[in-house]
Amino acid sequence: MAALSLPLAGIRIIDMTVVWAGPFATVLLGDMGAEIVRIDSLQHHDVNTRGNPNITSEQVRSQGGGVFPNGDPGADPWNRSASFNTTGRNKKSITIDLTRPEGMAVFFRLVERSDVFIENNAPDVVNRLGLGWDVLKRVNPRLVMISMPAFGGTGPYHHFRAYGANMEAVVGHTLLRGYPDTDPTNTTNVFFADATGGAAAAFAVVTALYQRDRTGEGQFIDMSLAENVGHTFSQAMMDYSMNGRVQTTLGNRDPSRAPQGVYPCAGDDSWLAISCRDDAEFAALCSVMGRLDLAADPRFAGTLARYHHQDELDAAIAAWTAGQDHYTAFHLLQQAGVTAAPVLTIPEVAADPHLHARGMWQRVEHPATGAHAYLGPIAGHLSKTPLRIWAPAPLLGQDNEYLYREVLGYSEEEYRWFVDHDFAGDLYIDVRERRRAAEQAASVGTVDK
Amino acid sequence: MTFALEGVKVLDLTHHIAGPYCTKLFADYGADVVKVERPDGGDPARRMGPFFHDDPHSEKSGLFLHLNTNKRSVTLNLKTTAGRGLLLDLVRDADILVENFSPRVMPSLGLDYATIEAVNPRLVMASISNYGATGPYRDYRMSEMTLYAMGGTMHATGLPEREPLKLALTVEQFYAGKVIAAAVMGALFGASRTGAGQHLDLALFEIMVGNQDRGAQANTIYKYNGNVPYRRGADSVRNILPVGVYPASDGYVQLFALQPRVWDRVCRMIDRPDLIDDPHFTEPKQFFGNMEVKAEVDALVLEWLLQHTKRDVMEKAQSVGYFCGALNSMEDVFNDPHLAARGYFATVDHPYTGPLRYPGAPFRMEHADWRAGRAPLLGEHTYEVLTERLGLSGPDLARLRAQGAI
Repeated sequence: MAALSLPLAGIRIIDMTVVWAGPFATVLLGDMGAEIVRIDSLQHHDVNTRGNPNITSEQVRSQGGGVFPNGDPGADPWNRSASFNTTGRNKKSITIDLTRPEGMAVFFRLVERSDVFIENNAPDVVNRLGLGWDVLKRVNPRLVMISMPAFGGTGPYHHFRAYGANMEAVVGHTLLRGYPDTDPTNTTNVFFADATGGAAAAFAVVTALYQRDRTGEGQFIDMSLAENVGHTFSQAMMDYSMNGRVQTTLGNRDPSRAPQGVYPCAGDDSWLAISCRDDAEFAALCSVMGRLDLAADPRFAGTLARYHHQDELDAAIAAWTAGQDHYTAFHLLQQAGVTAAPVLTIPEVAADPHLHARGMWQRVEHPATGAHAYLGPIAGHLSKTPLRIWAPAPLLGQDNEYLYREVLGYSEEEYRWFVDHDFAGDLYIDVRERRRAAEQAASVGTVDK
Repeated sequence: MTFALEGVKVLDLTHHIAGPYCTKLFADYGADVVKVERPDGGDPARRMGPFFHDDPHSEKSGLFLHLNTNKRSVTLNLKTTAGRGLLLDLVRDADILVENFSPRVMPSLGLDYATIEAVNPRLVMASISNYGATGPYRDYRMSEMTLYAMGGTMHATGLPEREPLKLALTVEQFYAGKVIAAAVMGALFGASRTGAGQHLDLALFEIMVGNQDRGAQANTIYKYNGNVPYRRGADSVRNILPVGVYPASDGYVQLFALQPRVWDRVCRMIDRPDLIDDPHFTEPKQFFGNMEVKAEVDALVLEWLLQHTKRDVMEKAQSVGYFCGALNSMEDVFNDPHLAARGYFATVDHPYTGPLRYPGAPFRMEHADWRAGRAPLLGEHTYEVLTERLGLSGPDLARLRAQGAI
């Protein structure tokens, strides 16, 4: 059988995304074979995505190694961040200075030759740069553009700036999680909005491309990350809508599954999650624990009764788990038909045999950080075109020559001009200037001797 | 009305949450989603709360009603030869088939991908399961809690002296539904260009392990330098900037700063511009990791916060560019002026509940509509779909009914 092309082969996506939500959207699209062209700039530091380029070894040490290989930011920290290099896979990098007209011309030429433009910058950044949809649609009417700011492009909060944790608060997620018995000020900062928003944006882009194949027409998509989060707790939304009831956090419990909780196991900070679906699972749990008396106790007859008496049950379960290894107990319970799981730490995720058996880790050589195992595409088991990490995260400006010359069609001479005038390059201008100054100072020092 | 997915025919054999949320996205943007339900009770989500007026009726589950908007319900008994035959007939002109039975079920019904592909080689088939179709945990059970537990992020969520904590309700299954919707649409896009469908083996476990809410990055950080995230409650920064959930006069606000250079915004927020250049706060030794100075800042911030409502804090913080959101309850959310101005809530009518407000479009497309149709009653469209798609007539349907197929 001739090799089938990847699902999004032939689709080029201009990626001007930052932080987490946008890069997550484009990594899902890149995994499916789209050519992702990340817009970098030699003049502008994208500190929230590539990291602070001026971070020192001392600062990294004070942060316990931070995000760098062996805790070493090296001479090019922007190429060495674990965070960037995770969602950077299967992407290319071009450097353009969008604040100069020649840079704008390069960008418009790229727009002409691309299918999608995706961005999640602070509100109005794109309009201020002159890259709004009213401009771009005239450059390429087949373009699909998606903007995904925190609260969408319209409405009284459209100018609000927010990370995932802030958006989730506004749309109601934060008050629905947390321990039921502690003050909300103890709530861990989470960034669920980035995960769920990035995934929805990837869906939106492919949906618009599918429509374009039928109509020939591009379009603009307005996505509010906060509104996306608001889709993920139907139960609370619908309870208010149907019954006027304001739900609050249930912690780890669930009235439709009891007992449900996290129990301490043997070892340091080691936990087992148990989540009984029904009477049969509860009976199986009691049997594994050797506590058939609990199964026969009328206080624990039926899910709702168990939910109301879970404190009593929790003590009995914790007494059993205390002597158990969490992985061993997981297998024991699952094989008896009980929904259970070890609360995995990140090292345990890395070692988990199931993920290895499924080929989820891929060793990839990255030019700045060396070879490491990375988690591969998360929806990658396609029968005819399995998805892989084909390329490590791009170094700053790594694909300039290919993009300026082959994709945009600039001549060798024109490309040299862009290099000479600090559009195309692989080092931030201010970093370069500082290094030059330091070298000069050093050489002056040498002469002095 | 124009729909992006107009004409896309989806056979939806999913139940519970992740699968139905995926096919809801298809249906809301215009696909014709035929939800195949078992005749004895249908999708178990019909029996999951909350219920309209707390009446546990199978047409009144708020969860089910939200997850199944704009779909058509057909009851088919796939364990009968005739029921299986009807499904394969429906496969013939479908574009997508999504199922989330445990991995052994479809092959045991004689509905493995090879059989489906032989009937319709252009079709994209997606199988969603807890751990995937292969591997040692293939047949293991899962719930929202155990999904989150195995994803690597739960261990770092909560207070250090307490047990790890999940997020709200079943949010991770909705997240997984979105990833799956993107993957299936990608495969459909490819199939529409190449003519060749394929089979997707989607594992909730893997989607969770690679999730962008701290987990994906943490995996690589660990490989790079051995660092492991830990539970530390609200304390996530090593400088004096107020980050986390803080009280206001009538509730709470979530403050956040990723970069250290926004001290001036904190000062402006609390009306203390005099502190912007005060070395007591700005000297690196004071700013980074001095817990006494951090406590001083917290006291100053708290004093100001407690004189303002959470809404006023949010407005003021945003006006000076400090990232802030009020911790809203569902009542606040349903009355929020921004969501109202954007028309976020859509009114959906339903014979058993009357009109209700549902969360609306997750994104708005310039040239395509999102629709606010309702969820189907169990088996509501069985006759309609079988006559329209398969050209069956009254006597055929009576015979199928007698055979227990529908």
